[in-house]
Amino acid sequence: MSFPKVRVPYLLLLPGFAFLFTFFILPIINLAQTSTQTRVAGGDTGEYEQTLAFGNYIQAFVDNKEQFGRSFLYATLATVFALAIAYPLAYAIAFKSGKFKNILLVLVVAPFFTSFLLRTIAWKQILGEEGFVVPGLRSLHIIGEQTTLTSTSIAVVAGMTYNFLPFMTLPLYASLERIDPRTIEAAGDLYANGITAFRRVTVPLSLPGVVAGTLLTFIPAAGDYVNAAILGSPNTKMIGNVIESRYFKIVDYPTAAALSFTLMAAILVLVTLYIRKAGTEELV
Amino acid sequence: MAKERSLSPEARSILRTQISRRTVLAGAGGVGAAGLLAACGGGGDSASAENTVRWGNWPLYLDFDEDSKTYPTLVKFSEQSGIDAKYFEDYNDNDEFYGKVQAQLKLGEDIGYDVVTPTDWMAARWIRLGYTQKFDTANIPNKVNILDSLASPSYDPNRGSTLTWQGIMGGFGWNVEKNPKGIRTLDDLFAPQNKGKIVVLTEMRDTIGIILLGQGVDITKVTEDEFMNAVDFMAKKISDGWIRGVKGNEYAEDLTSGDATAVIGWSGDMFILASENEGKFDFAIPESGGTISGDNLIIPSTASAAGKANGEKLINYYYEPAVAAEVAAYVNYVCPIKGAQAEMEKIAPELATSEYIFPTEKTSSRLNVFRSLTPDEETKWAEAFQQAQGN
Repeated sequence: MSFPKVRVPYLLLLPGFAFLFTFFILPIINLAQTSTQTRVAGGDTGEYEQTLAFGNYIQAFVDNKEQFGRSFLYATLATVFALAIAYPLAYAIAFKSGKFKNILLVLVVAPFFTSFLLRTIAWKQILGEEGFVVPGLRSLHIIGEQTTLTSTSIAVVAGMTYNFLPFMTLPLYASLERIDPRTIEAAGDLYANGITAFRRVTVPLSLPGVVAGTLLTFIPAAGDYVNAAILGSPNTKMIGNVIESRYFKIVDYPTAAALSFTLMAAILVLVTLYIRKAGTEELV
Repeated sequence: MAKERSLSPEARSILRTQISRRTVLAGAGGVGAAGLLAACGGGGDSASAENTVRWGNWPLYLDFDEDSKTYPTLVKFSEQSGIDAKYFEDYNDNDEFYGKVQAQLKLGEDIGYDVVTPTDWMAARWIRLGYTQKFDTANIPNKVNILDSLASPSYDPNRGSTLTWQGIMGGFGWNVEKNPKGIRTLDDLFAPQNKGKIVVLTEMRDTIGIILLGQGVDITKVTEDEFMNAVDFMAKKISDGWIRGVKGNEYAEDLTSGDATAVIGWSGDMFILASENEGKFDFAIPESGGTISGDNLIIPSTASAAGKANGEKLINYYYEPAVAAEVAAYVNYVCPIKGAQAEMEKIAPELATSEYIFPTEKTSSRLNVFRSLTPDEETKWAEAFQQAQGN
């Protein structure tokens, strides 16, 4: 039996589509349905009925705008810090590491061999009162006796920066590594000094990596709740924490669903604007 | 193992309980990720045979023998009764477990367990929704052994379909160096040396319960106004920088790392912390009273007649004082069974005098059970409590 050639691509798409349909599209539809439900009068905890209450969205947003704002602020900060750390790192691995290149790359990926949760809990100990950082900074009089590092927004942003660093480093490395060294040499031949060559040649050519890395960091960071839960305090809660609490603790499925949709939409809008500005053709 | 044998029974029990039920919930429980992961896995066993009973319980909440990798009391039960007891440590979180089986309960399909172990308030929800079966008391003669203080909770006044598995005391825990005089009142807790280093529990009924008791409110009759007033009190203490965090078991880590110097915590954890750190920490029931809650053995509505009868035999077995003492020596929570203390004298005399496991009558009278809430209250109060902690 032979298939007409034109059908082959569709057949190849089938498994992926079936998977996405079952595990992405169906849940999304379910989530959308849940988001407009309201409590059954006199019903038990967790009993909701469809009333097409689109007001849920407004209510959910108004109640939690502070956490929304904080999520995007922290995600932006974490992305900027991750970029600031990852760019020199990726640059060094791509151009200056010689025979250590593979070892360094393994080291970048190494944290993935341990659970995300464990690594975050380890940070809690590092930044804790009896870790080495706080007593060290105190003895140098950089922070006062009463200042602490855990349960602060600094700890949350630091945790996020650390946890998402490999997502920033790897795409940056991939795009830097692809740069033909001869283009940089050519810049030199045209009397560009090192800084100018970097600014006019290396940076523009690495932009696809920057765009990919910032997206891979920003998107999960905006929805993250683990860092805020473990390293933060009640004053550093992010929207992910609210969704978790709505879903599991309050058993308020509609609000949790409405918040998830709002978060998804907000990220989509921000990412679209960003890609428009940065240029999609750079992504591939 | 050989080294362990030379230790006193108390020390041994401490070593074994280092990862007790509540400790396991640490980190992961607070984050809910364990719950999310566990929610993906199936639970229990599909077959409901004539001579089996399937019990879903919290992790490390039953005596376990490291050498043989068996549960000694459960093995004895199977030998005595001829019932094959299948034990599943997959009750990780009340809400998560409920979420996992709720749809099947609603449809009346087998959930894979004949006995499950929800906490009081969740047991109350199961009863309200008709998801439990009434016990046949003829099968559970040992039911009379339940402690008087636990015999008639508001959600099940005659203990017709629930029986306590273990009790959990809530009170004040503190770092002895920072609080040499100890903590007995809310004023002691919110003393200047603890500013910014106080952690309270995510368990609403313990944290708000203890605040309410401190405000002179009877938590067995608490009104919405009183409750909201206590939540506002907590929210103010958070915004003024007194309370550092609202946490599950991680409060124990915060105490050891120095991030917390005073907590509203659980007796079992504090018992272990105090023993591990040579008296660096202490625990007390507040002057105005502490809270007590329990995890309960219940038979879901979906259990077969045989599963129910076998479940009742299992419950009856664990209500024998000697068996209960064996379990308590391992788990270190409040033992809910009369006569277990005398049995404990025989196997571990050091533990028989522990107020944490066998609170005296005087102590018990100072422990209070949070009243059960209506569905509307449950949602509204939980929402207020969550919002006060920034969620």
